[in-house]
Amino acid sequence: MTVIDNQTASNESIAAGNGVVGQRILRKEDPVLLTGEAVYTNDMVVPGALYMAVLRSPHAHATISSIDTSAALALPGVHSVYTGADMADQWAAPMPCAWPVTDDMKNPAHYPLAISKVAYVGDGVACVLAETDSIAHDAIELIDVNYDVHSAVIDLESALSDNVVIHDELGTNASYTWPLLIEENDGDCQKAIDEAAFVVSERYVQQRLIPMAMEPRAVVAMPQPFGGDMTLYSATQVPHILKVMTALTLGIPEHQLRVVCPAVGGGFGSKLDVYAEELLCVQLARTLKVPVRWNEERSENALATVHGRGQIQDIELAADADGRLTGMRVRLTADMGAYLQLVTPGIPLFGAFLYAGVYKLPKAYDFSCTGVFTTMTPTDAYRGAGRPEATYAIEHAMDALARKVGIDPLELRRRNFIPKESYPYEAFTGLVYDSGDHDKAASIAESLLDYAGLRARQDEQNIPGSTKRLGVGVSTYFEMCGLAPSRVLASLNYSAGGWESATVRVLPTSKIQVVTGTAPHGQGHETAWSMIAADRFGVDPADVDVLHSDTAIAPLGLDTYGSRSLPVGGVALTMACDKVIDKARQIAAHQMEANEEDLEFSGGTFRVAGSPDREMPLAAIAFEAFTAHNLPEGLEPNLEAQVTYDPPNFSWPFGTHMCAVEIDTETGNVELLQYVAVDDCGNKVNPLIVDGQVHGGVVQGIGQALYEEARYDDDGNLQSSTLAEYLVPAASDVPPITLGESVTPSPGNPLGVKGVGEAGTIGAAPCVMNAVVDALSGLGVQDIQMPASPLNVWNAIQQAQANHQETNQ
Amino acid sequence: MEVSININGTQQTHDVEPRTLLVQYIREHAGLTGTNIGCDTSSCGACSIHLNGEAVKSCTILAAQADGEEIKTIEGMADADGTLHPMQQAFMENHGLQCGYCTPGMVMAATSLLDENPNPSEEDVRLGLEGNLCRCTGYHNIVKSVLAAASV
Repeated sequence: MTVIDNQTASNESIAAGNGVVGQRILRKEDPVLLTGEAVYTNDMVVPGALYMAVLRSPHAHATISSIDTSAALALPGVHSVYTGADMADQWAAPMPCAWPVTDDMKNPAHYPLAISKVAYVGDGVACVLAETDSIAHDAIELIDVNYDVHSAVIDLESALSDNVVIHDELGTNASYTWPLLIEENDGDCQKAIDEAAFVVSERYVQQRLIPMAMEPRAVVAMPQPFGGDMTLYSATQVPHILKVMTALTLGIPEHQLRVVCPAVGGGFGSKLDVYAEELLCVQLARTLKVPVRWNEERSENALATVHGRGQIQDIELAADADGRLTGMRVRLTADMGAYLQLVTPGIPLFGAFLYAGVYKLPKAYDFSCTGVFTTMTPTDAYRGAGRPEATYAIEHAMDALARKVGIDPLELRRRNFIPKESYPYEAFTGLVYDSGDHDKAASIAESLLDYAGLRARQDEQNIPGSTKRLGVGVSTYFEMCGLAPSRVLASLNYSAGGWESATVRVLPTSKIQVVTGTAPHGQGHETAWSMIAADRFGVDPADVDVLHSDTAIAPLGLDTYGSRSLPVGGVALTMACDKVIDKARQIAAHQMEANEEDLEFSGGTFRVAGSPDREMPLAAIAFEAFTAHNLPEGLEPNLEAQVTYDPPNFSWPFGTHMCAVEIDTETGNVELLQYVAVDDCGNKVNPLIVDGQVHGGVVQGIGQALYEEARYDDDGNLQSSTLAEYLVPAASDVPPITLGESVTPSPGNPLGVKGVGEAGTIGAAPCVMNAVVDALSGLGVQDIQMPASPLNVWNAIQQAQANHQETNQ
Repeated sequence: MEVSININGTQQTHDVEPRTLLVQYIREHAGLTGTNIGCDTSSCGACSIHLNGEAVKSCTILAAQADGEEIKTIEGMADADGTLHPMQQAFMENHGLQCGYCTPGMVMAATSLLDENPNPSEEDVRLGLEGNLCRCTGYHNIVKSVLAAASV
């Protein structure tokens, strides 16, 4: 067991070449970011650009009866004003939803500007183009819109009653119902529940969250009218998907469209989308033949960029007398928001396969999810996307089960762990988990937290009358990463594949160029991909350059989300390196008149086995490949290879998180005393980056547990649209995070990696909430709605005390 | 109106609208885009700079209010020969940044914090930076960076 935070990173002691993978190397991305040299989309200087501002609906649900744009048009500096009706005939197709989860899924036509009806506060109604950003914003205030206002639809269950139907043409607010019933061999869900020694029936609410990447979105559309080309610069995670979808939505020939992401300031799923503003800027730039740009303001971001979570989860666990799981039923009601964005309907389904966590469950599983339209901002991917929700439900319900069985929650988990000898393990869903060692991860966390010590302290501290109650929280998780095997995506009705592409070139001077289809926005791919190539070729990572996020340079790719970049893109890169090395070997063998199989390659040099004086460095081979003067017969010049890798399976990171909280019962304040995370993501390319991903993920999970909530009033107004009202945790709100080390390589890919982007978030929310309930269960508190804000906690304590008095009367 | 400000050691004079915020002045008039804008309520601190040696959020004051004053932005932190400021170096060595968007403001706030308190405790650092939000790092390595810079 190691606490890994004390290790320092420096490039001075790094041995270049083979063996570089696994070292804590400083990031090559950092100097430009630390000095202000990095160019984010909003930093671009674009002569002659018109600035766009979007007028957004102040009503959650209304019919547009009239729009008067004359006063806005009269403002000096305003170039033009467009309403949804003005642009209605300019769209080749509605905005895309790439995931029709069922054949009968209902999907209302969604256009960049609303044409006759608005369906959430923030829905675009009109846009202004002006000489400056300020004038554009002044002008939208002058547009006069008359609305015929209808009732808002905020509550998921009343939405399903269809008393107020949001999209008239659909006739219902239900978008789809997606079932997953597995009852075969050892399983029958209802029978398991009927025959169980213990049944736990719980309802959890996943509040809506606002992703709040620090960089709001920004777009620049740059036409080249005479050349016929269009370049779209956007703060996006998905340049490749955006290019295809923009071409289809606007009817632009795809080969004439280029998408570039300059530096991107975080995404967390919220920039995994195709947005109205991207389409508006491109279309207007195309029509007007001048550059058009748009910068999102923070309060606009809270309305116009997708939200995450938003689910009601009904979960029923069946267990035998020892607390071993025998069956499970899950019913989800998932808030789609007003429209289906790129992958909105599929998000809750990602969780469908993870409701048993790291536990053995017979095939007695019954899952169903209903997607519901509401008059709120559309939901879509947010860090973890369906998997944190699933993990929260099983982990919070396991604690409820432990209380029922009357055993320690950690002991209950141990009784249910899939044993490490069982891997690869075919789960109840038919998916095969690659590797795992749950007892090890749990034991490391247990020891780092001093679990037993805290339990003893808890007995002393949580005595009647105590106003400072101690709680201990545990959660474990399995994450389905490395999105994704294309055939599995097909079986889920997803409209695209899950492969990734990499190209590797050794330049004539032996410097290496890597082209990747991943699109980093903080994850450090330039560093990590350099390390992978350097390790393969036996060179210095400084001699490797990584090109990405520009569809003209990296035309093939499926971008960055779902903890996929390393287990899919990194593996593609490894394979491309090996392909180049194979070609270099042919050239080396030819030049040294040796057999290929007699050549050894290490430290960037081919050597003939047994003849140490006969060697040829990569640099010499690269130059030979370039001049092509003396290559083997039929071999193409240059050292270059491209690989597209479609993963055969998902990768399955897992882990255990534990924490301790102290709750002031008089104020309801929750103080997080200690946080321990053991995240096993298989082999690590750069542990420095892995740690950072876990730290950040954990704090986003803590944010959901304690602070964050997109709150709407009954009229559908977002009441937390600024960072003054929406509580993104600050440094003073969170503790240091202790990381434990556990490495269980994935046997599923040559790097043995699993992915780590979402792990921290997945483990954290249930861990903290389990600690909160643990602290207060002695007072009769059964559960607390997230976020466990002082008010929610205080109310729960008061309610429990009132119930207690009632019972005693 | 005309505003004259010493930015990173160079006197600059520009004609601006009276409503121009200092951050807009820095980005749009002085052309220094290292200072980022992350919110519209002075909550996030991404636009933190030094005004007469002290960290301020440059969205909270008008350019006109800085007329005749000295400011330093992230572009003024590294030496002319490319040597990073010790705080920048500490952020690099401790992986105190990921996407980098909050980083310029974080570095400016952190250097100002150490000017006021050269030997802060971990809690001092967390409290001192509570006006600067980061969504990537969970603050762990930012705090570590600042403590490392303090010990240089």
